[in-house]
Amino acid sequence: MDWLELIIGFFVANILGYGGGPASIPLMYNQIVTHYGWTNDAEFSNILALGNALPGPIATKIAAFVGYDIAGWPGLVLALAATIVPSAAALIFLLKLLQKHRQSPIVKGMTLLVQPVVAIMMVLLTWQMFDTSIHSTNLWQTLGIAAAAYWLMERKKIHPAIVICIAFVYGGTVLAHI
Amino acid sequence: METTTLEPGTPPPQTGRTSGINDYGQIIWAMLKTGVLGYGGGPSVIPLIRYEAVTRYHWIEDDEFAEILALANALPGPIATKMAAYLGYRRKGWLGAVISVLAHIMPSAVAMIALLSAVQYLSGSAVIQGMIAAVIPVIAVMLGVMAYEFANRAVKGLGKWMGIAMFVIAFLLLQIINIEDAIVIVAFLAYGAIHFKAAGWAAKWKNKRRVRSEGGNE
Repeated sequence: MDWLELIIGFFVANILGYGGGPASIPLMYNQIVTHYGWTNDAEFSNILALGNALPGPIATKIAAFVGYDIAGWPGLVLALAATIVPSAAALIFLLKLLQKHRQSPIVKGMTLLVQPVVAIMMVLLTWQMFDTSIHSTNLWQTLGIAAAAYWLMERKKIHPAIVICIAFVYGGTVLAHI
Repeated sequence: METTTLEPGTPPPQTGRTSGINDYGQIIWAMLKTGVLGYGGGPSVIPLIRYEAVTRYHWIEDDEFAEILALANALPGPIATKMAAYLGYRRKGWLGAVISVLAHIMPSAVAMIALLSAVQYLSGSAVIQGMIAAVIPVIAVMLGVMAYEFANRAVKGLGKWMGIAMFVIAFLLLQIINIEDAIVIVAFLAYGAIHFKAAGWAAKWKNKRRVRSEGGNE
């Protein structure tokens, strides 16, 4: 019974969550704490805190943890599958359909018109990230790190992974002591 | 679609004909990196995924990346995992999709279970806080560069004025009127489906007017 509940709970939380993982956190809370009572408020906020301190997508981290907590490894697999599979399969299906009709002017127009929306969404996200950064450090640190990152990635063509690792070191040594 | 848009200085495409094992290796390595280096949830992973899929491994072009991103945004559920699944699927079918998603999520999922007892220490630690704080501006720069590149493509494809008009409409809908991303994307896709037809009508109409006014002058 636990297994079925895990599947339904995580399926509902994610199929209703638009706008990616962070948007589905309140929905997951609803299912995990309010509806099924798998954990309490305090533990959920612990899970969230750790989820934010670790890299990678947040919704899958929460699903993995709660699934494992409730039913061990099978629970982890089921909670993850319920979180990921429905929407991933829908995306694959839709994109396959588009690929098939690549040459039609209808699909070409759709591909073209998606570009300005994606550009604006990226602008808004960029702004949001800078805003978050200014609040968690300050304006000058943010601008300094951003300028250094731009120079390294765009001018020196250094792999973003390396730039991020440099940022980790800088943050762990310098920012931690401010 | 052979309109490659290599930035100056990027290495030439890797020799595309790799063996099957190598393909899986590429998928696993790319998705491991994006999963482990992406801090701050879905959105921060997008530029990392683009770097691996478009710039480094040339699995797809930017056009297609924008399409995948837009549809992933329009569908419910976590975005990065959906994109990982599709990219894996596109390279290697369903097995590729499964492997891609697992490589993307498993390291952090397992770390989550192993570390929950250390949660107080980790989320309170100044070092961890500092590390996360320092990565955010880097991600912001990557997102900004992406925004610029997609804006450039939009202007190239739509023309200057039409492009700017679309930016303004998208901005108004997303930020000022605050409509759900998914609805805005579906609306733009719907117009996109008739865009070339509409452009045809507009050209015909202009032509007619010109003919008529030229006729009047005679």
